[in-house]
Amino acid sequence: MTDLLTVRGLRKSFGDLQVLRDISFDVPAGTVTAVIGSSGSGKTTMLRTLNALDRADAGVIDIGSVSVDFAQPVDRATLARFRAQSGMVFQSHNLFPHRTVLQNVIEGPVIVQKRPKAEAIEDAKVLLEQVGLGEKADQYPYQLSGGQQQRVGIARALALRPTLMLFDEPTSALDPELVGDVLRVIKDLAADGWTMVIVTHEIRFAQQVADQVLFIDGGVVLESGPPAQVLGEPSHARTRQFLQRILDPI
Amino acid sequence: MDASTWALIGRNLWPMLVATVTQTLPLTAISFALGLVLALFVALARISKVVPLSALARAYISVIRGTPLLVQLFIVFYALPQLGLVIDPFPSAVIAFSLNVGGYAAEVIRAAILSIPKGQWEAAQTIGMGYATTLQRVILPQAARTAVPPLSNTLISLVKDTSLASTILVTELLRVAQLAAAPTFDFFALYGVAAVYYWIICLALSSVQNRVEARLERYVAR
Repeated sequence: MTDLLTVRGLRKSFGDLQVLRDISFDVPAGTVTAVIGSSGSGKTTMLRTLNALDRADAGVIDIGSVSVDFAQPVDRATLARFRAQSGMVFQSHNLFPHRTVLQNVIEGPVIVQKRPKAEAIEDAKVLLEQVGLGEKADQYPYQLSGGQQQRVGIARALALRPTLMLFDEPTSALDPELVGDVLRVIKDLAADGWTMVIVTHEIRFAQQVADQVLFIDGGVVLESGPPAQVLGEPSHARTRQFLQRILDPI
Repeated sequence: MDASTWALIGRNLWPMLVATVTQTLPLTAISFALGLVLALFVALARISKVVPLSALARAYISVIRGTPLLVQLFIVFYALPQLGLVIDPFPSAVIAFSLNVGGYAAEVIRAAILSIPKGQWEAAQTIGMGYATTLQRVILPQAARTAVPPLSNTLISLVKDTSLASTILVTELLRVAQLAAAPTFDFFALYGVAAVYYWIICLALSSVQNRVEARLERYVAR
């Protein structure tokens, strides 16, 4: 299988704090990569560099046909093409509160990608149906539950037709009862063949859905491999310690 | 009040209304519109990470807020001619009032923009929007909710402040009242009418404010 995403030598510091030390990994097309690690390990920053929300200080990221070397100055057009490769789903959805569900989903396609509005609305309706919110198109975000808001966030990202989907702890801000709905949508996307990178604390979900698990610690990928290996028989003591804490917190 | 006072009021109701419609209201509307545009740019400069830009904005706001509006008017109308720059009364008033609104409203707009969570900027960025589009479609529509009540205050103050333009020969509402009152010494009656006219304008603006606020609240949980 060809790699859709390759990351080599990713580094990022905030002031004196080196958050990413030297991160490299590959994501084959059509596969799901779960990224786990404790708070402050750098996993969210790593995900954000993949969309250039945080600009890496060094490292080469290839997504599909776009390759960017962040050690060099990056021109605006390349950066825009790079960003357009991936769709981002945030922990706190970040929907536009002043726009309806449908308007949130078509904002990118119509305003940024200049697609015909009628076509964008057609697409948006299909996507909303897909995430189980076909009936909510004309509601405002505040009228939805947290899980529904998050699913609109997913539809909004999908509407831009990215090649790669990025999720930053998509269920961490949700009531436990609503987590399942969101995870089910992500699982469906995996079944549809989407390539995804998901930062998550849902170990069981990672076990079921991921093809590959990265355990990030101290700004490096400490361990990676299929879930059965990384989650089942981790080779590092630090990975074991993390998993034990998260699976058996008391 | 005797019959002659009533007659005086009656004679001046119409000229004062004309002055209101042809001078006070346009002066307010034009100055407020120009002032808001200026304020938006000053606010963006003030937020900007480009140090000279934010320093310039800060200095501007400081001068405008730290000097009397009347002095600002006098500088534009009476002092600039000394430098060879002669401007008619009405445009002079527009310049002074716009600059003044620009300084005050800039702080309101700045605070309103900063009240929008960072996640909104990020969400716009991930869907590919640039700075200007993000401002226009995501940030400002939301910031408007916070900004409308204090900006309405600025507007209502401005309506009344336009009376200061009477000191630089603009024949606005108060000036017409002054001119009519001077020969008769019937200040009470004519300034009273002027006060009522200002009040009516402000009442109308307050009701517009309420309607705008209600409209901007439609997407917020109550």
